Amino acid sequence: MTATISGTRTYRLGEFHQFEGGGRTFVYVVHAGAIFELDEAAETLIRLARNGGTAHESLVNDLTTSGLTIADAEELVEEMYHSHLLVDSESAPARLENPPAGFPLQSMVMNLTNQCNLSCEYCYEFGADKVATPEGKPKFMDLETAKASVDFLMQSAVSRSAVQITFFGGETLMNFPLLKQVVTYASEQAAAHGKRIDYSLTTNATLLTPAIIDFLAEHKIGVTVSMDGPPDLHDKLRVFANGKGSYDIIAPKVKLLIEKHRTRAITARVTMTSGVTDVVRIFRHLKQDLGFHEVGFAPVTTSPDRLYSIGEKGMDGVLNQFHALAEEWLEYALRGEMHGFSNVSETIAELVQGVNKSHPCGAGLGLVGVGPSGDIAPCHRFVDSDQHAMGHVSTGIDAAKQADFLDRGHVNSKYECSTCWARPLCAGGCHHEAFVRYGDTGHANLHYCDWIRDWTDTCLKIYGTVSALNPGFLEQFAERKAL
Amino acid sequence: MKHLRAINKKARRIDDQLELSKSKDDVMALQTAQRPHVPMGCTLSFSPGWEVDSSGGTAGLCMPAERDIYDCYVTCFWPAQVPDHLNNYPDWASKCATATKDWRNLDLVFP
Repeated sequence: MTATISGTRTYRLGEFHQFEGGGRTFVYVVHAGAIFELDEAAETLIRLARNGGTAHESLVNDLTTSGLTIADAEELVEEMYHSHLLVDSESAPARLENPPAGFPLQSMVMNLTNQCNLSCEYCYEFGADKVATPEGKPKFMDLETAKASVDFLMQSAVSRSAVQITFFGGETLMNFPLLKQVVTYASEQAAAHGKRIDYSLTTNATLLTPAIIDFLAEHKIGVTVSMDGPPDLHDKLRVFANGKGSYDIIAPKVKLLIEKHRTRAITARVTMTSGVTDVVRIFRHLKQDLGFHEVGFAPVTTSPDRLYSIGEKGMDGVLNQFHALAEEWLEYALRGEMHGFSNVSETIAELVQGVNKSHPCGAGLGLVGVGPSGDIAPCHRFVDSDQHAMGHVSTGIDAAKQADFLDRGHVNSKYECSTCWARPLCAGGCHHEAFVRYGDTGHANLHYCDWIRDWTDTCLKIYGTVSALNPGFLEQFAERKAL
Repeated sequence: MKHLRAINKKARRIDDQLELSKSKDDVMALQTAQRPHVPMGCTLSFSPGWEVDSSGGTAGLCMPAERDIYDCYVTCFWPAQVPDHLNNYPDWASKCATATKDWRNLDLVFP
């Protein structure tokens, strides 16, 4: 070999997103989900290689004229090449691999019942866009099915050291007796299998009692309350069957929950709809007046023509308010305090790891939903839907249906995503949302692309700033949920 | 890395990988990255001068024909007529360390 390999290369820039924070420059490497801070020389190199087709030698020459020694220039080019910030001119972008076959299960969402005591108009389980076909199926899960579900989880988790059960509904607490039995049984089974087990619960809070709260606290069950803000906003759509709002019923119960349940963070989950987009006011109320530890927001999942769907203009307003809260989050972080706006915290946690997703979420992969009948669905949002069922807890996952779901949902099969720099985190977005909007779980959620890119950029800037000014703060996000 | 500072876990893994490959380079200074094995002088690689020399004989080949034996044996898939070294004649070439010099020491094999 006479020439070194690098000497014969010509380069173009790899796929990355450049951003600033705390007075420094960073790049988010799309190939990997990695984040690097650049020094001045690296920034110069990016400017020099911008037009592509740059031969190795001329790049090194240009760098030396800008003040680097040859050895330093070579080293810089090698570092940039190794990090995929520079790539071979001829190279094709690397395709993301499939997750390994037989991926072990980590989480199970158990729909203890598909019945609910509220009649929220936007509900994806009962509303106009529902995918569930519950006719003729059990309305409440029985103990036998619940035990079979736990057994299925333990078996399918194979060698994982920790598993998670999330109780869901309908209104979960309408089947609280079963919840208690499942916790007892699953804790025994987990101990027998040498696994750690973790529980959480989503509820509308209407049925909370002091006894239930004690039980949740005692068993360290994480609680998420679906709540849309102060009474005038909450009561718009979160109503009982007679149209009466549910705020007055739940507010005292929620306060009691937060006061007495101290073993886990208590989270509020807000569904934004037309007219319920006053993000800052909702956040203040839930965080400061009621005392939730974390508050997360998501726009309602709906086809675009529903009255309660948020139009494009509405979403712009939402994003502006998200930015205001994001700035606050950053101020808190620089002081070393948690702010409680989940939409930032959760993205930061993913950025700490540098996730690079083949699929938008764990649905059908490390997570499944189980309906009252024991039917397995990709996640809780598809529970009780005949079209999306993929097996039964007694017989396991239907491999062919699972493969079809995962093939569709893989980011490689979403053409629009192939040039988007935000795909390591988004991977095309929620399977269920895609199905409701486009009739295909594997369709990219094109209606919120700009929104996702803007939000990812915002969170990257926060990440960069914190890493520059208060790096220790990021460590608390480093714990991995999946073990 | 000197010019890039890794600030998340994935970036640190990329950094570690580069450091690791550097430390390997120290040991194998003259080696290049691992590539698929292509036998030198094999007909598959179409190198001129392998089959006949300029006068049409084999005396002046750019590589001695004898050295080719080890490229058709063990490392190459080309079905050269060499004994089966896997099962029946494992020691067939044990006395021949350098084919160009010792080829006369190769055992005759009578299957």
